Amino acid sequence: MTINEAQDQVIEEFSEFSDWMDKYAYLIDLGNSLDPIDEKAKIPQNLIEGCQSRVWLNAETQDDKIIFTAESDAVIVKGIISLLIRVMSGHTPDEILDSDLYFIDQIGLKEHLSPTRANGLLSMVKQIKLYALAFKAKA
Amino acid sequence: MDTTLDIAAIRADFPILSRTVYDRPLVYLDNAATSQKPRCVVEAIERVYYNQNANIHRGVHYLSQVATEAHEEARQTVQAFINAVTSREIIFTRGTTEAINLIATSFGETFCSEGDEILITGMEHHANIVPWQLLRDRKGIVLKVIPFNEKGELDMEAFSKLISPKTKLVSVAHISNVLGTVNPVAKIIAEAHACNIPVLVDGAQAVSHMAVDVQALDADFYVFSGHKMYGPNGIGVLYGKEKWLEQLPPYHGGGEMIATVTYEKTTYAELPFKFEAGTPDYVGSVALAEAIRYMQKLGLKAIGDYENQLLQYATGQLMKIGGMRIFGTAAEKASVISFLVRDIHHFDMGTLLDKLGIAVRTGHHCAMPLMHTLGIEGTIRASFAFYNTKEEIDALVAAVDRVQKMF
Repeated sequence: MTINEAQDQVIEEFSEFSDWMDKYAYLIDLGNSLDPIDEKAKIPQNLIEGCQSRVWLNAETQDDKIIFTAESDAVIVKGIISLLIRVMSGHTPDEILDSDLYFIDQIGLKEHLSPTRANGLLSMVKQIKLYALAFKAKA
Repeated sequence: MDTTLDIAAIRADFPILSRTVYDRPLVYLDNAATSQKPRCVVEAIERVYYNQNANIHRGVHYLSQVATEAHEEARQTVQAFINAVTSREIIFTRGTTEAINLIATSFGETFCSEGDEILITGMEHHANIVPWQLLRDRKGIVLKVIPFNEKGELDMEAFSKLISPKTKLVSVAHISNVLGTVNPVAKIIAEAHACNIPVLVDGAQAVSHMAVDVQALDADFYVFSGHKMYGPNGIGVLYGKEKWLEQLPPYHGGGEMIATVTYEKTTYAELPFKFEAGTPDYVGSVALAEAIRYMQKLGLKAIGDYENQLLQYATGQLMKIGGMRIFGTAAEKASVISFLVRDIHHFDMGTLLDKLGIAVRTGHHCAMPLMHTLGIEGTIRASFAFYNTKEEIDALVAAVDRVQKMF
């Protein structure tokens, strides 16, 4: 599945929620079922400090693809992380660098990627692209 | 609620309170961060700009005279508000933070040397921590911290033991912005003075909730911000006893604060102008005076009594929710409630409360060392003002209960 196919699938899923409460209940479910990050990866270098919540992001390569794992101390943030990983993980550096993340906006969660939220998600998206750039340079 | 205040009439004075967020009525419970402004304060700003705007203290023309008089009258209003001896003891600053930085610099550079100690409490806002750390980096002073008990009350025995011949200043919050604790500043001051140690009181959270008399407290420095007391943003006050302010060098240099300037030597203006470099916020000062008059019209006693009823009611209602953890249960407490429900993250709770139209603060509240002591990352904080109602607290409690069931 391409990055855009995955984004479209998420948008489709979220289109079923008419009420914001249902949407957040779903995010909480996603957050609770997100696989925890490997304890060994919970190192300061992988920590993204937000003012409101913290995110750990780990990146590894598998063949020519980057596998992202991530976690947060806040469940809603974890829910959004789970969506970001579903969309961005398992792709090549070029695919990640060329991607345009439009699904967050379309499912009405844009506010969570705003710098004023200080929840670490915006930095996480930037960090994903930086990893892609770094792995590309190494390849 | 049993009060002499006409809450409906008061709410009508605050236009923002009738707006909606996400199509729900706004329930504004973030007053410890900033309070809303009554119409008279906003109108005062408009009046200055439309009718009497001119730079002050230096013009011979009519408008400059009018603007200068208004600014100096505002200073007298502040003086009377906290019962300072003279208006020379009232320095306008940009806020509490700048006022503490001023003292940390002007007092610190004059009276502190390597190994000297500054005492603060374990419940300070970063504004009363970081300026002293900067001084520590410059001068090698030592910062000592007065601990508090599980209720959030200061350990006064520990305080007595921490005072030493090296203590140069005690700098304490009057009211904790997280725990709501009203600290026994009169006792702290009396004890410090017995050892000839001056005391700075951070009154940012106090002046909007209680009558403050700096002479009765015998505070050496007392600082607060306009925007947390229904006044405009960007103005605050440093009160200092004249005997101290006379001994301190200026903080910032520039216009307004000089007597004569030559390339060889500059002499400084008298108090309070010595500490007010540059064009002062003569608009903010006038609007701040208006906010003070508004509070005085309601009566600080009536305000405090009503807010205490809101606090008691909210505490009782919130405690009915299973897993409720309130941080700060001091006997003397202002209308601030910091809480968590079970181990639900403050960001998760705050995000969903926001969607329900409830404006509360979440996070560490600029008091990360305090959070560290409590062993948590942050809290949800509801803080009440005199325009809040029992119904708004019911809305908060219902929202918290609804949200906690989602986790």
